[in-house]
Amino acid sequence: MVETKKKQGRSLDKVYVWPYLIRIEAICAIICMLVLTVWSITIDAPLEESANPTKTPNPSKAPWYFLGLQEMLVYFDPWIAGVVLPVFIIIGLMVIPYIDINPKGNGYYTFNERPFAISTFLFGFLVLWIALIILGVFFRGPGWNLFWPWQYWDPHKVVALVNVDLSEKFGIRSYLLASIFGGLVVVGYYVVGTAAFFFLWRNSFKEMGFNRIGVTSFLFLTMMALVIKVFLRLLFNIKYVWVTPWFNI
Amino acid sequence: MDKKKEKQKLEIISFLKGVQKQILESQVWKSMFRHSYADTPRNRILMIAGNIWLHIHPAKLARHAYRFKFTWCMGGITFLMFLVTVVTGVVLMFYYRPVGEYAYADMKYLEFDVPFGMIMRNMHRWAAHAMVITVWLHMLRVFMTGSYKPPREFNWVVGVILLTLTLLLSFTGYLLPWDQLAMWAVTVGTNMASATPLLGHEGPFAEFVGVNSRYDARSALLGGSLVGPPALLRFYVLHCIFIPLAAGALMILHFWRIRRDGGISGPL
Repeated sequence: MVETKKKQGRSLDKVYVWPYLIRIEAICAIICMLVLTVWSITIDAPLEESANPTKTPNPSKAPWYFLGLQEMLVYFDPWIAGVVLPVFIIIGLMVIPYIDINPKGNGYYTFNERPFAISTFLFGFLVLWIALIILGVFFRGPGWNLFWPWQYWDPHKVVALVNVDLSEKFGIRSYLLASIFGGLVVVGYYVVGTAAFFFLWRNSFKEMGFNRIGVTSFLFLTMMALVIKVFLRLLFNIKYVWVTPWFNI
Repeated sequence: MDKKKEKQKLEIISFLKGVQKQILESQVWKSMFRHSYADTPRNRILMIAGNIWLHIHPAKLARHAYRFKFTWCMGGITFLMFLVTVVTGVVLMFYYRPVGEYAYADMKYLEFDVPFGMIMRNMHRWAAHAMVITVWLHMLRVFMTGSYKPPREFNWVVGVILLTLTLLLSFTGYLLPWDQLAMWAVTVGTNMASATPLLGHEGPFAEFVGVNSRYDARSALLGGSLVGPPALLRFYVLHCIFIPLAAGALMILHFWRIRRDGGISGPL
């Protein structure tokens, strides 16, 4: 209560924008322009040889800000990594204000009052976006193989492809059975995960409602599915979890 | 000797003051600026309210809103970087032709022959990269302060669209140098469109829709089945006209809604 009053007192304390804010903005703008100008004088924008459709560079990298998504191409087919994931990221970001109805932490820094929201966002932003971009820029070389930044980029480096589908690990040889098995695993993951969310948040069901918990759990489980697939690939060489005649996951 | 210098100094000062008075009291000056510069509360408010560029701000703000620690200045820096790319981009447009035969030669022309051509191109590119980073940091700051919470939910949605447009602006500009880096980065990026479910020829369920490599989501983007001159022209038009106009309109909405939604967020 005392804390709230203190905060209230602080926000009522108003100060003239001219000169106090304009001064900060002007200094900030001058510093940015100085840095940008010096940077642009000293470091030239890259310009390679003329575009040549018959000469594919190895590796071909997307612009650096998309390298997190390109990294996902290792673990998922293009329709997931290149289309579904970006759409989910954009929609997922947009729905944040509508699924996070925790009234606390509005307008000030706090972790303790909203631990789930902040840890989920920071995990997605720092690990799944920023760290994967750093990995893509500095650690991926020819053939999209992993190299240390100081290592020679050997274009003939051979990495054995020993990936198998999850169903084969369980000894399922028939394609039909493998499809059914994979479907059960993927659908089961979402069903069990969603049920767990509803169980854990059963006390706030009244305020949040079915839709909010449903959307939150779906987005959270999808984000975690990326991590699970990465670990399945790196530790157990799993190629696909679910194979069907139309798509593979 | 000293006295003479002192006198000269005073004469110069009184002359300059006279010039200042002449200017400040002229009809031309008064028609542009309706308040004096004297440091009074009224003038402090008029400096903001009477200036089209500054009236985006309120006349007074809560003290916490000034703290660099609170805002990181990132939204403002993003806007500044956008303005830099607009100004340098217009200069580059004087010299650059988005045609397969000319584009790369025009880049070389800009680099070696055009006065200040290289620094214009450098500033355009680095400001664009900086804008991508600052817009991410702006989003991080807005999230960490919970500023998307009511009543600012919709402005966060507008912000997410602006973030997407920033990436698209940068991506469409990436092709324009028409060098190997540009062509293959955009090839990698746009290949994803061919994997769109239903609409891309390599995507799931494409066989039920009947799209092919010359008629699907990617070919609509590229104007062909590979990154060629039609793609260059399309990306140029998107980069210089369509996306900047869309982003500009949304920026107006974004800035306006900050004020409409109660100004910058703060502890209630």
